[in-house]
Amino acid sequence: MQTMNANTTTLPQVQEPRNDGIPLDLSWVKAVQANTSAIERRAATLPGRRSVKKDFQAAWLCKAISLMDLTTLSGDDSEGRVRRLCAKARQPVRADLLKTLGMEGLTTGAICVYHDMVETAVDALRGTKIPVAAVSTGFPAGLSPLHLRLAEIGESVNAGAQEIDIVITRRHVLQGNWQALYDEMAQMRAACGDAHVKAILATGELGSLRNVARASVVCMMAGADFIKTSTGKEPINATLPVTLTMIRAIRDYHDRTGIRVGYKPAGGISKAKDALVYLSMIKDELGDRWLKPDLFRFGASSLLGDIERQLEHHVTGGYSAGWRHAIG
Amino acid sequence: MSVKDIFESMDYGPAPEDASDALIWLADRGGIAGHFINGQWGPLRDDFASTNPATGEKLAGVTKGTAAEVAIAVAAARKAQPKWAKDGAARAKVLYAIARLMQKNARLLAVMETLDNGKPIRESRDIDVPLAIRHFYHHAGFAQLMNEEMPDAEPLGVCGQIIPWNFPLLMLAWKIAPALAMGNTVVLKPAEYTSLSAMIFCEICTAAGVPPGVVNIVTGDGETGAALVDANVDKIVFTGSTAVGRIIREQTAGSGKALSLELGGKSPYIVFDDADLDSAVEGLVDAIWFNQGQVCCAGSRLLVQEGIADRFYAKLKSRMDGLRIGDPLDKCIDVGAIVDPTQLAQIKAMVDANTSGEMYQCDAPDGCFYPPTLVTGLAPADTLMQEEIFGPVLVACTFRTPAEAVEIANNTRYGLAASVWTENINLALDIAPKLVSGIVWVNATNLMDAAAGFGGVRESGFGREGGWEGLAGYTRPRGKLTKITAPTAFTKSDGTPAAPMDRTAKLYIGGKQARPDGGYSDPVFNKSGKLLGHASIANRKDLRNTVEANAAAKGWSKSTGHLRAQILYYIGENLSARADEFATRINQLTGGRTGTGEVDDAINHLFTWAAWADKHDGAAKGVPIRGVALAMNEPVGNIAILTDDTRPLMGLIEPLVPALAMGNRVTAVASQAFPLAATDFYQVLETSDLPAGVANILTGSHADLAPHMAAHANIDAVWSFSTADVSKIIEAKSTSNLKRTWVNHGMHRSWPSSIWRAQATEVKTIWIPYGE
Repeated sequence: MQTMNANTTTLPQVQEPRNDGIPLDLSWVKAVQANTSAIERRAATLPGRRSVKKDFQAAWLCKAISLMDLTTLSGDDSEGRVRRLCAKARQPVRADLLKTLGMEGLTTGAICVYHDMVETAVDALRGTKIPVAAVSTGFPAGLSPLHLRLAEIGESVNAGAQEIDIVITRRHVLQGNWQALYDEMAQMRAACGDAHVKAILATGELGSLRNVARASVVCMMAGADFIKTSTGKEPINATLPVTLTMIRAIRDYHDRTGIRVGYKPAGGISKAKDALVYLSMIKDELGDRWLKPDLFRFGASSLLGDIERQLEHHVTGGYSAGWRHAIG
Repeated sequence: MSVKDIFESMDYGPAPEDASDALIWLADRGGIAGHFINGQWGPLRDDFASTNPATGEKLAGVTKGTAAEVAIAVAAARKAQPKWAKDGAARAKVLYAIARLMQKNARLLAVMETLDNGKPIRESRDIDVPLAIRHFYHHAGFAQLMNEEMPDAEPLGVCGQIIPWNFPLLMLAWKIAPALAMGNTVVLKPAEYTSLSAMIFCEICTAAGVPPGVVNIVTGDGETGAALVDANVDKIVFTGSTAVGRIIREQTAGSGKALSLELGGKSPYIVFDDADLDSAVEGLVDAIWFNQGQVCCAGSRLLVQEGIADRFYAKLKSRMDGLRIGDPLDKCIDVGAIVDPTQLAQIKAMVDANTSGEMYQCDAPDGCFYPPTLVTGLAPADTLMQEEIFGPVLVACTFRTPAEAVEIANNTRYGLAASVWTENINLALDIAPKLVSGIVWVNATNLMDAAAGFGGVRESGFGREGGWEGLAGYTRPRGKLTKITAPTAFTKSDGTPAAPMDRTAKLYIGGKQARPDGGYSDPVFNKSGKLLGHASIANRKDLRNTVEANAAAKGWSKSTGHLRAQILYYIGENLSARADEFATRINQLTGGRTGTGEVDDAINHLFTWAAWADKHDGAAKGVPIRGVALAMNEPVGNIAILTDDTRPLMGLIEPLVPALAMGNRVTAVASQAFPLAATDFYQVLETSDLPAGVANILTGSHADLAPHMAAHANIDAVWSFSTADVSKIIEAKSTSNLKRTWVNHGMHRSWPSSIWRAQATEVKTIWIPYGE
């Protein structure tokens, strides 16, 4: 399943049975608890409890690259900009560094763009097995008419997107209207067809970790393949407490249904060190199985640059500079 | 392993902390830990080895302090104390400098602690050392404020401090910072396994400008500790096992030395079905697998509500699988080494002896390591549910209702800490006051801070460390002590019968007048030999009955302060109505003319304590979390009092009323020489709405009753203001349940209200982190 093996055409998504969802179980949803202080304490102490050094750190950083949805989601995106990013996705780290590390062929997990850029990205990535993810459904606010949002998914899938990052209607969560959230998610999942769907909860707008936990469960019940923190456009994006809350929901869902749902933190993860903490949190709370691109992605744009510098430091022993690495 | 291999396996790999600086530090100093007395090192001898438990390698030789060396250290402390006590602001500067220097040496301290104790470097670096530093900062502030805020307090003098091996530096800080802040000087003995961080601390003291003799460290083992207990110190502060605490209590009995004990625990960790289960599981990692479970307040007794037990256990086991056990110097290790093979053998023996329940264990490396262990399906009757293991072993049973959770939680000889997990604030705040423990953590565990009191009840010891309440253990109120002399009872009879009628005052037990079990009484005469009546002679069975009555009157301890105030006012009112009669009685009994004054004092005292009944407020502590640590004043429980026999009425009222006002149930023994004012007084109690059993009054021999009071396991505190020589026997016999004792050692003094309130209450610290 390794993305770097050019001979394998297997997509990362097909390693696990898809989450077909289950009927909405409101008693489960309402029993979900999330104690903010305790979650924050766990999140705050984790970086001090886990440490990855030397070759291990290099390997983990390479893993972070393989799990990265290299992303551009700007109003001024153009074909040229997206092609440049796709080139970076194919060759995320300087060839000589990868050779020294024995990690030739490493690519990012996916490219993530707006619908308009899907075709360009698909074209630019032809010959690789790097999937293209499209943000969809009136991203980032998700408040356009539902039929248009559903139609947008179809368009993106038709344009070649293999993964669709949808946004949920935050209002449904804030109003405790779990049925509406479930129905919306289920329709979006259906609209995706064979493409995998990542449900963006926009956790920064959900008001509490309890809401984050409950929304996570409802979206999984409705068939989300991944749950994702944020659009990157909310005032607060991925955080460790939110991550802990969501991945514990994923763990619970797996315990009860046997189905593994993926997780994608997005926005605000820009340092190599942060990436290591996220990976150790996933490893400790969900297990090693989740450290593969079919079950975990970083949504990030500037993280790669910092990882490249760290990798060069690992190889040469000297601290690196940004201009020594190709931009995306 | 290649990078590629690791990429596939995603193992953590080694992340060792470099120990070479700490080892060089030891080598530079000759590789020997020993005494630091009067600002000087020595003597330093290699009497026994301090080893790294993770590797078995010798780290240093340790000097075993002799009684003579202890005496030299105590003398140095004695000499240095008066000057040290003079200037709080100067002390503050020194304590502040200690904090700063500890911060500067934080890494060295952390590494040394891990080398010596075997605890993970993560914990020594992120918990032990920062908390120790915080303690000095916080207490620098107390030193600064002492003159202004505690004008009536003075230091005790020289404090002998004996600390355990589980938190060598942190316990040192908890002992030394408050002692120094309040103007005491100290002689501290580190645990024999773990003396090394104290050596760094000595150098920090020198650098911080601690005057010679103010901080003295004497290394050694239990014998050295015993010598310190016997030495000419004013106070012994001990943290360690309940067994050793008992020995120290007996050893110091009657010596007049103040004593604080912070002992063992078997703290409940209660998980209700509406808790955030994942967070509660994670909390257990910090409760019982923190410091290899070698924590007095470890949440070692898991109580889970039945409906969620299976799910909770499954989550817990899966979390246990993720624990990393091994080299404590590795920054990626959760559980390190057990402090010593002796300790390891003890844990192993206890767990191996258990045949109940189901056991789940992690893997542990060879050597001085014990695997994190869970034993489910136990009942309170199982030994492992009752005995402290002091290792990474969690024992569990289930409960059905909140009331049953409280019942099981309190079904223990200990009372140090408790954790309550529920998302229901009503439930949490209902349970917290009902748990018999010094500390309650709501949806959290093992939170500690210099601003919050730490300490237990029952056999977990007495005294608090941290906060304003912790300072009480290192000060006493200024004031004059006078030697007491026993009043002489009039025993000469003029031969005439009592007029108008002979009355034998009965005992007052459970709201009823009861004949004494023994069936005997003593005549009571006035100065001229006129028979005033007879007073019953209570024996241990009468005492047993009063304590039963106290126990049955537990509603009093939950009553509102307002209600208690009303009743105390009413008692005052009713006494006032019979003031002349009581004044006459007092004068008859004592042959003096102090009756009127004594009755006035008594009425005034009743009004004072009626006033206090609903005003002894707790506090909300400024602890560094988003949340609050409440210091709640709770009644001690059942208090037995031997009253001051020189004052027939006020001797009873003076201790009885504060105890009642704070919600305690009391058994008081009347003046032995002049008992009949107290027996008249119970008629006042009977007419004043005081619930039956809240206050019982016995008459008889103080000396005969004292040992039975002290030994009674359902009496929580014994106070003696008696002129009888009973202080020593009370302190010695109090080891039965390690009850609090407050005895006069033959000296009288007038105590300020703050002391009465402190003696009549326990501070319970309830930590409530919040945030949604």
